[in-house]
This record gives sequence, C-alpha cells and structure tokens, in this order.
Amino acid sequence: MADENTGGGVVLAADGSPLKVSLNRAMRKNRIRALLLVTPLFVFILFSFLIPIFDMTMRSVDNWHVGTLMPKTTAALENWDGKNIPDEPVFAALVADLQAGLKSREIGKVGTRLNYEKSGMRSMITGSARKSKKIKTGPYKEKVLKMHKKWSDLETWTVIKRNTSPYTIGYYLNAVDMKYDKKGDIVMQPENRRIYGKLFMRTFAISLAITVICIVLAYPISYLLATLPLRYSNLLMIFVLLPFWTSLLVRTTAWIAMLQSHGVLNDLFVFFGLVDDDHRLQLIHNLTGTIIAMTHILLPFMVLPLYSVMKTIPPSYMRAALSLGANPVVAFVRVYMPQTLSGIGAGSILVFILSIGYYITPALVGGTGGTLISNQIAYHMQSSLNWGLAGALGALLLFSVLALYLLYNKLVGIDNMRLG
Amino acid sequence: MKKLLKYSAFAIAMVGATSAAQAVDLNVVSWGGAYTASQMNAYHKPYMKANPGVKINSIDYSGGLAEMRAQTEAGNVTWDLVDVVLSDAITGCDEGMFRPIDIDKEMAAAPDGTPPSKDFLKGTLLSECFIPQIIYSTAFAYRTDAWGGKKPTKMADVFDLKNFPGKRALQKKAINNLEWALIADGVPASKVYEVLDTDEGKDRAFKKLGTIKKDVIWWTEGAVPPQLLADGEAVFGTGYNGRWFSAIAEEKQPFSMLWDGQVLDIDGWAVPAKGKHVKDVMTFLKYATDTQRLADQAKYISYGPARKSSGPMVSKHATLGIEMGPHMPTKYADQGFMTGFKWWADNGDEMNERFAAWLLQ
Repeated sequence: MADENTGGGVVLAADGSPLKVSLNRAMRKNRIRALLLVTPLFVFILFSFLIPIFDMTMRSVDNWHVGTLMPKTTAALENWDGKNIPDEPVFAALVADLQAGLKSREIGKVGTRLNYEKSGMRSMITGSARKSKKIKTGPYKEKVLKMHKKWSDLETWTVIKRNTSPYTIGYYLNAVDMKYDKKGDIVMQPENRRIYGKLFMRTFAISLAITVICIVLAYPISYLLATLPLRYSNLLMIFVLLPFWTSLLVRTTAWIAMLQSHGVLNDLFVFFGLVDDDHRLQLIHNLTGTIIAMTHILLPFMVLPLYSVMKTIPPSYMRAALSLGANPVVAFVRVYMPQTLSGIGAGSILVFILSIGYYITPALVGGTGGTLISNQIAYHMQSSLNWGLAGALGALLLFSVLALYLLYNKLVGIDNMRLG
Repeated sequence: MKKLLKYSAFAIAMVGATSAAQAVDLNVVSWGGAYTASQMNAYHKPYMKANPGVKINSIDYSGGLAEMRAQTEAGNVTWDLVDVVLSDAITGCDEGMFRPIDIDKEMAAAPDGTPPSKDFLKGTLLSECFIPQIIYSTAFAYRTDAWGGKKPTKMADVFDLKNFPGKRALQKKAINNLEWALIADGVPASKVYEVLDTDEGKDRAFKKLGTIKKDVIWWTEGAVPPQLLADGEAVFGTGYNGRWFSAIAEEKQPFSMLWDGQVLDIDGWAVPAKGKHVKDVMTFLKYATDTQRLADQAKYISYGPARKSSGPMVSKHATLGIEMGPHMPTKYADQGFMTGFKWWADNGDEMNERFAAWLLQ
C-alpha cells in the first residue's frame, strides 16, 4: 500500500527510517512485551501442569525395572522360547543379578514391579536375593530351584520375560480390568477383581447426575438473580457466594453433621414424625451423601455462568414475545431459554469436569457407594505406591475428558460457550 | 514494595542467624496427634535440652511411603528420621530408601548390658532398616450401653447381628478385616494366614465379611472410629488401641475394649538412606530408643515399648495418674495375633483390589 502511494519511493517515519522497518520494530517490541507478560504463566503451567502430566503418563508405560536391575537375566532370556523352564546359563545370570541387586539394595524394586503382575513374586525375588548370597558356584539351576518352588513354575519365567521389555501395557490392562493369563494371553480379570471399569462408569454417571441436578437447581436461582431488583439480587448473590468462599473441607464436614443418622436433618425428621426413630434415613457415607454434598459444592459453578448470561438478555425480548401473542410458557421456552444455552453449556462443562476429578468430598462422605475413580488413583499414589497404575488411570481419565470435550465441541461448538 | 523488602531482609537475617549458631536441624516425621506428643515429651524435648546445638522439627504425615519415594527419586531428601509401620520399613528397605542399621553396634544396650538384638522383643527385628519402638494393636471397642447388660466377649460377637445389632465401624482396607472374618468363622488365630493362602480361604473370608457388609461404616482416618462411637453412629469400631485409650481414659467415653482377636503390629523408626544428617540422626536415634526413653513414652500413650528391659519400668500416666499396665496391648497378646507382614507384602496388591471390587458389589 505504501508503495502505491509513493510510486516506488519509500515512506519514511518521523525519525527518517523507512516506515515498514519502524513499524516492524514497534510491533516486535509489542510482541516481546506480550511474550514477557505471558512467560510467568507459561513457566508456571509448564512446571506445575504439563511436565507432571507428561511424567505420570510416561510412568504408565515405563517398565525399566527388570531390564535395568537384572541386565544379565534380560540378555540371557533374549532367545528363550518360553516353552520350558530356561537352562543353566539363564539361572547363572539370575544369580549374578540377584547378588548385584542385593548389594545395590535395589532388588526390591524388581519384586514390587513383578508382584503387580503376579502375587507372591515380591517375596520370591527378595527372599531369593537374600539366599543367593550363599551361592558361590554352579550348578546354579539346581540351587535356585531349591530356593523357592516357584522358580520351577513356567509362569514365573513368562512374567519375567514379558517385563524385560522397557515399555509395558500392563498398567493399562490393569486399569481396564484385564490381565495376562498364565500363558501370557490378554484376558479379562476374574469377576471378583473387576473394579476400574465399574468405577469409571460410576464416575461418569455421578458426574452427569450432578450436572443435571445443578442445572435444575441453578436455573431458577440465576433467573431470580438476573431479574430481581438490585438490592434483593445482591443479597441473593451473597447467599450463593458465601458457601463458595468457605473452605471445601468445612462445607463437606458440615454436610456430615447435617446428614448423619443422628444429625440435624434426621433429628428433624424424627421430631416431625416423618421417620421412625429406629429407621433413621442413611443419607451419608453412600451415593446420596456424595451427590448432595458435591451438588452443593459445585452449584456456584453453574449459577455464575448462567447468571452472567441471563443478565445480558434484555427483558424487552420476553415482553415482545408476550405482546405478540405467545403464552408465557411458550415465550419462555422459545425465546428466553435458547438464549441461555451458552450459559448452560459453560456451567455444565465446568461442573462435569470438576466432578469427574473430585476426590476429597467422595472420600469423606462417599462410604462405599459414593467413591469415584479419583479415590482409587489417590489410593495407588499414596498407599499402594503403584504409580504406574495411578498414571494409567489418570491418563485414561484425562483422555476420556478430552474426548468428551471434543464431542461437546462437535455437538454444541465451543464458541457457543459463554462465561459472561 | 517497601514492606516486601523489609520482610526479605528479615528472612535473610534469620537464615544468617541460624547458620551462625551452627545448629543442626533434624526433621523427624511421625503420625501427629497424641502419638507425636508422646514422642516429643519422651524423646525430643529431653534430647534438645541435653544437646543445645540440635533442633528437632516434628513433621506430621499420614503414613505410607509415597512422600519418601518421591524425595528419594528427586534426589532431595529433607526427612532425617521417619516413624513407619514395619511393613513400610520392609518395602522401603528392599527398595533402598532406608539405611540398614547394625543394631548391636549403633543402638544402645539395655541397662544390664544385654545387646539390643536380644533386648528388643522377639519377632520385632524383622528388617535391618527398622528400629522397633512400640507394639500397638488394632482392636475392636464397643459402646457399653448398646445392648443393655449384654457384653460382647469374642470376635464372633462382632459378626453376630442378632444378639449385638448396630453399625460396625471398620477400616476400609482388606488387612485385618479378612483375618477377623476368618476368626469369627471359627479359624484359630494361629492358622489364619495358612487358610488365607488358599483360594477357598479367601472366598470364605469375603463371604463371612459379607454377612455384616450392610451394617458397616467404613473409615479411613484413625480419628474417625472413636468419633463414630461417641456420636452413637456405630456400636462397634476397630481402631488403634492408643486412640481407644484416650477416648476411654481421658474423655471418659462409655466404651470398652474387646481384646479378643486384636492384631498386633510394630511401629518404629527408619532412617532415609540419602538423608542430609545421617550421623546426627543416628546419635539421636540411639538415645530415643534406649530402655529409659521407650519406657518414658508409655507414660503418655498406651502403646507397649518394644524392649524387654523397658517393660518393668512402665508406670503411671504422666497427667492422669492411672496405671498404664492394664492398657498395654502387650498384656493381652495371647488373645490376639501378630499381623502377617510377609503374607500381606505378597498378597496386598491383589487383596486390596479384590476388596475394592467386593465393596462395589
């Protein structure tokens, strides 16, 4: 454009340099400034979010234990056919690895890893390592078979061989209630050990239920908030925000006091003769308790986006619909509601995603019927120390949320989401 | 901004002050509550008095090796001494998180000269990284006013909903519950792990546990069961005997112990292998696990000292003035059994998964 105006000449800025260069310089400054402004956030997200997630996801496939800590056995098993108990060289390598692992005090890690695949391998490995100290010369096979009877079990060797590879899908199999059977084929877990599939389903079902209940409860409140005169709506707003500002733990424990069988609510029911004293309602430590407490805690996340969207809808639209002959219900459904859809979408996605990862509240009030997949993840992080499985469960949760988000985007369109 | 500068100057001055005094800060990690208080009274305070150069910071945690493993893997171990249950000590020792200790060389002998390896109770020295401190038990307590004059006397009564109706507060874990189910089903305590080792035994335990499933409130934090009983939410509860002791003796709750079937476990110290003050902490550990100190701790909490020589020295509670002897789980050892560390180390993963699946059914 500049060239057109000057007919081949160069437009100069005030300081004499070409305008283009000067403009670029100014833009670059702005870009750098913008970049510097987002750097703290970016660094924060990188270190507190992206790297940990990447690390946990890597753990869910990482299988370094056997390959690194038992290198000789790994090499010796390379060409093993898997049909019979391996021969002397493998046993010699095994003894060398066990002795080295005992010395470096790391053999326990192999035991822990293999025990995830087959109960009993922990003590077999650590016990054999301790006994291996005494083995100075061959024949190794004979001596090792005497150390623990499971060394003559073909399955033991199948498990070890399988885990010599540096990556595994074992944790993911576990996370979807599957496992390797004795021969090394992938099969479903026995009925009495299937748990994660059910928990995933339950987590999604509960989250969906909470989202729906939140919509039903939040819609009229938000409508009131948006339409009442300011002095009333401000008061109402404080009622919505006050619990929001209260600590999560306080709110959860308050619900325990409210709902327990000798709690406030049950006492009132008994007082008014609604329930018999001997048949007080079980409202907590089960699914009901989880849904009540979580709905209460997540309700503001639905109210606030709905309110801010409703606030922008001019009241004249409804009046126009009514004056054009629509009855109030039709006017509401056809004129008002479609305009609030973006708020419902935003609120739903907030509530649903938050409740999928919810952990403290179900742990405290969930009992057995109301615990979610996040509680199992926490258990494997903190108690069982099976971080691979925790990583696999977490990754599955993350991917399913991302999939749902994409689905939502496809159906509703993320551009239609409005937080205000 | 000025304020901020002032604070940071203050902080720098503080750092300078600490390093000037050449003090050693030991981070000692334990379970918190009354238990940590008993350790501070019996070990930390007298030790700091005798060694002005040492400052002991008490850190609370809720057990498990997650934090320890994270510190070890990150190569930045800030803990110097950790109070752990035996099973965690064994796992941590096998995985190289904890330092092996030559008990006779590095720990104190009994006053009569008995070497530590002979003085610690038989069957407590089960890991070379572990110095036993107390014997505690997980046992049932019940509300004495729940069934008129009737009182439960044996484990089978816990599973008897007809004669002893009401909710039971059990820990949401497979460990102990399976053993108790089998004992209530008639298996002698000495045979429990033998039976559990078979598939039929496992099924039998879960089946028996299923008979009271709908009357169980599951707890995860040790403070919860006494609260549930106090609120009348449950009539039976399992819990650590020290917690029951404070509820019964200090808070005067109408509870009583059911020692039958109590599961004894050992709690003690482990030293992180890559800690920053290993030498200093070993000196402290030698002091804190000598005969007198272990006996002193029992003045503040009803856990049995792990040394034979400390046993006769256990006396009255420091503030309540009651005889502690009758409240020690070790006194009722013949009514219970020692938890099967080895069995759980091998089968814990599988059993916990099965237990979680069973809860969902």
